[in-house]
This record gives sequence, structure tokens and C-alpha cells, in this order.
Amino acid sequence: MLAKKGDWVQIQKTLLKPEERTAPLPEDTKKLPLQMRVKGFLLNESADIGDEVEIETLIGRRVKGTLVAVNPKYEHDFGEPVPELITIGIELRKILEGDKNA
Amino acid sequence: MRDLSYDAVISRKNEIMKKAVGIDYEKFMISDLVFDYEKMMDEVGYSLDKVREIQAETGVGNTTLVELKQINRLIKKIAPKGKGARIFIKDEATNPSGSYKDRRASVSVYHAQKHGYKGVIAATSGNYGAAVASQAAKRGLKCIIAQECYDSKWIGQPEILEKARSCEAYGAEVVQLTVGPELFYYTLVLLEETGFFNASLYTPYAIAGVETLGYEIAEQTKEKVGKYPDIVVITHAGGGILTGTARGLKKAGATNTEIVAASVNLKGLHMARDNDFNKKYFTTGHTGFGIPFATFPDRSDVPKNAARALRYMDRYLLVSQGEVFYITEMLAQLEGMQRGPAGNTSLAAAFALALEMDNDKVIVVNETEYTGAGKLPSAQLTFARKMGMEIKRGDPIKEDIPGKSIVIPEHPSQIGYIELDMENVRKSYVKEVMKRYNKKEFNMEEVSFMAEDTNTTEEKIKQYIKELGGELIETKKG
Repeated sequence: MLAKKGDWVQIQKTLLKPEERTAPLPEDTKKLPLQMRVKGFLLNESADIGDEVEIETLIGRRVKGTLVAVNPKYEHDFGEPVPELITIGIELRKILEGDKNA
Repeated sequence: MRDLSYDAVISRKNEIMKKAVGIDYEKFMISDLVFDYEKMMDEVGYSLDKVREIQAETGVGNTTLVELKQINRLIKKIAPKGKGARIFIKDEATNPSGSYKDRRASVSVYHAQKHGYKGVIAATSGNYGAAVASQAAKRGLKCIIAQECYDSKWIGQPEILEKARSCEAYGAEVVQLTVGPELFYYTLVLLEETGFFNASLYTPYAIAGVETLGYEIAEQTKEKVGKYPDIVVITHAGGGILTGTARGLKKAGATNTEIVAASVNLKGLHMARDNDFNKKYFTTGHTGFGIPFATFPDRSDVPKNAARALRYMDRYLLVSQGEVFYITEMLAQLEGMQRGPAGNTSLAAAFALALEMDNDKVIVVNETEYTGAGKLPSAQLTFARKMGMEIKRGDPIKEDIPGKSIVIPEHPSQIGYIELDMENVRKSYVKEVMKRYNKKEFNMEEVSFMAEDTNTTEEKIKQYIKELGGELIETKKG
């Protein structure tokens, strides 16, 4: 068992199947379901990834869905150094110092 | 059990909204198209003094107006003789959650608390979510933020993932959806389920909250340079910051200040297309919102949108993604201010304008926003490379192709803009009205409303109607 009651988890739920998406949509989006992910504390005694579970969110709302992550990580970061950006500061200071050809 | 199908929920829209916003829009409606905008703003909005009081309670506003002295030196160095306007920037990143959006959220959350709502909900993938979450925390209300966040492969836009983190840090529940306009549908579902207040971006409360920004700019500029700004440049997406800032400037007496909108040019990328979702590296401030919301403001989540940019917009300029990343580096490297990048769209346009304006002119850029993981140019461009985008130095105006290449200028003199013809923008507004209301015939009352709504003359509106194949019904008003 991967997750136990009270663990901070993320679940996934299909809100609308492709055929239920009746809003005007571009072709590629129309073929896909509208899905949701939400995080909360696991209410089931224990669960594995892929199990149908229930969670309680940060504001106390209960939501059911498929377990997709336990203690989900924030995966966004500062990125890699970008060569096209690194030299901009040096270039601009050169112009300020009077080198018109910088 | 409630019917949660798309059509059933949308058909309950009006009743859900009435409960969740507490505004009877019928009161201001004259016909489907025509309504009394100023009456709506007066009766529903709060007075400027009251808004200032509300914002003072939660530490919102009164941000510093900073002269960009190093950048202004640079402008004078590269501008033709006698040219080179001074740029000042309103450091809105110093608001509690890091953007001007705290102003926009402040009145809604105050109003929700006053009227006994237990919580607030907002549908937003941007800084507004963090602002609503922060204001809700300060006033002891619960908060749900619904975002459009992932493509179908569950690849999340880093800037939006960062906003989710921020909202959770303030104790909000974050509901993250895949691509599609049904974010609005699901927000209705949540409003119905919880009975929470809809802290929409587009109510009179939201716009009243932004008026203090324009008011402060007028006051602070006058104090620093002895006159009101010649130009205020405003990053334009949904129209709220432009509308609120312009109204605030006017209320302070700065009636001659030119209002310039600036958006990132993402022409050709479809906002609701799964394949295009992660090809844009600004989640706001771009043409995908800017043009549709300017030409048809009533596409928002409320019956009548209080953010009506064309009422106040004098010019509309487009800049490229590469220029905004470049100016973001410039702001950090020369001014010691790490901000944006999305909020710096207006700064890129201001820089280009400053190069061609006389050196006694004053430009104010009305916002900065917080930055960090997910948002920084390094985060966005690393992600862009992963998504197959070409990133290179070059001429941003000539070489930029949205969805294919991001071109970082080689020299500051390459920062320029593409100017949209306001006549075309206004004509598009009339075209949208004809399409949306399935309308070909217009009476004088409607002509008069459209002229007011786009800040032009009745003659111009009549001309557009005729050019677009419509007809005029010559009846008297009333």
C-alpha cells in the first residue's frame, strides 16, 4: 500500500467525456475528455496509485477520483541558464559606459 | 441529484450567477445589447475613498512609483537627439500576493465577507488566483481557485503551476483542469455546490478595486515631475487593469493622459486548442485574450462585463515574446528589479515609445509582478525549448513567429512595436455585436451605446454598420 489515511495526495477525475463536450471547441480538443486534478488528504484507510479514492481538500471539500500521486512534488523550477539571455546585462552596461558599437 | 451535464449547467447560469455575485444586472439592462454602464459602476461599485479604506485594511496598494533611471539613461544614449522620454514604473509586485491583482480581488472578498458568504471562488490561471487566495486568508474566508493548467499529456504550463503553488500556500483549494473553455462550466458547478461568492475578474467590484491604481499614478507622477503622465502603458488581456487604471486616472483629474494598451503578439495560436496550449510562454497579457476581450467584452463570466477596454483605449500596440524576455532581463540587470515577465509586456512597449518621444515627456508603466520558479524567463524558455521552440538572438519584429520561434533582440534599439489600427479594432467590435446578437438592424439608441462603448462617434459606428452590411433604423431615442 502506497498511501495511507491522512496522506497528502492528488486525484484525477474526468468531468466531461469527449462526447459530452458540447461547447464550441477546436477539433483536437473536442476529441479529448475534460479532466481535473485536485489535491487533498486521503480519506480511505489505504490506497495504491490507480485506485478510486476520496479526499478532503484544503478547505474541507470532499472529492472522489483516481489516485495519481502521493505527496505530489511541485515540479516547476527556475529553469536552465539560457545562453541567449546571460549576456544581455553585460551588453547593456557596455552601451551605458559609452560603447555605441556594443 | 443535480444534472451536471454541460448544457444543463449552462442553462442554470443566470440563477447560479445571481446567487454567487449578488448583482441584479437586469436593473441596468435596456436591451440585450444596451445597458447603463456608469449606473452599474456607481450603484454596485464602491466609492474610491471606500476602496482605499478596504485596501488599507489588508495592506493592498500605495505601492512605490519608481523612476527607471538606468534604463532612462540607456534610452537617452540610443534615442535620436531630443528624443528619449522618461519611464516610471508602478511597483505593484510589492502588494501582498505580488501583483496588482490584490487590488482587483480586495473589494470582492470584502463584499463576500460583509454579505456572509463562507468562501470565494475564482476561475483564473494567473496572478489573480493568488490574490483572491491571499485576500480570502486575510478575511478568514475559504477559497477555491479553478485553473486551466494542463494539456492532454498532463504537461502543465510552468507559470500556471507556480500560481497553483502560491494559491495552496495561502490555504486555497486549487482545481486544475485540462485545456478548454469549460473552465467556466466547472466554476458554475463549484459555485452551485458550495454557495460561495464568485470573485469574478469582471464585476464592478473588481474594476472599482483597480481604480486606486490609476489614482495613485496620477498623484505620484504629479508629485515627482509636476504634471500628470503623458502616457500610461498598460498590459492588456481581459481589459480590467486598463479599464480600472484609466477610470482612476480620470477620477484624479488626469484627463489628458493617453492610454496605451500593449499585448504580446500570439497571432495564429488558438487559445482553446490542446496542441497550442503549451506553445505560448505568457499565460496572460497576450492577443489571445486582448483582442477578443476588447472587441467583445461580454464573453466573460458575468452578464455584463465591467471591464470595457475600448471605452478608454487610445492606442493598441503589440510586442513579441522575445522583446518581453529581453526587457525583463534589462529590468533585473540595470534596475535591480527582478519582476515578471508577463507584466513587463507594457514595459517593452514603453521602451519603444520612449525612443521616439520627446525627452520632456513622461511615460508610466502601471505594473510589475512577482517572479520566481515557473515564471522567470529562464523557466519559461527552458520549457519552450523542451516544447520544440526555436530560441535565438535576432530582430524580434521581423523574425518572431508565435508557436515556432522566440527571437531575443541583439540590441535595445531593436525593441519596437506593431500598432493596431484602432478603427479596425472598433469595427471588429461592431462585427462581433452583429454576430453575437445575430443582429443586422440597429436603432439610434444602439448606435449611441456602441459609440460610447468604443469611445468613438455615432457617425463612425453608422459607417461601420453600413460597411458590414447592416442597416440603420431611424427612430428617435426613447
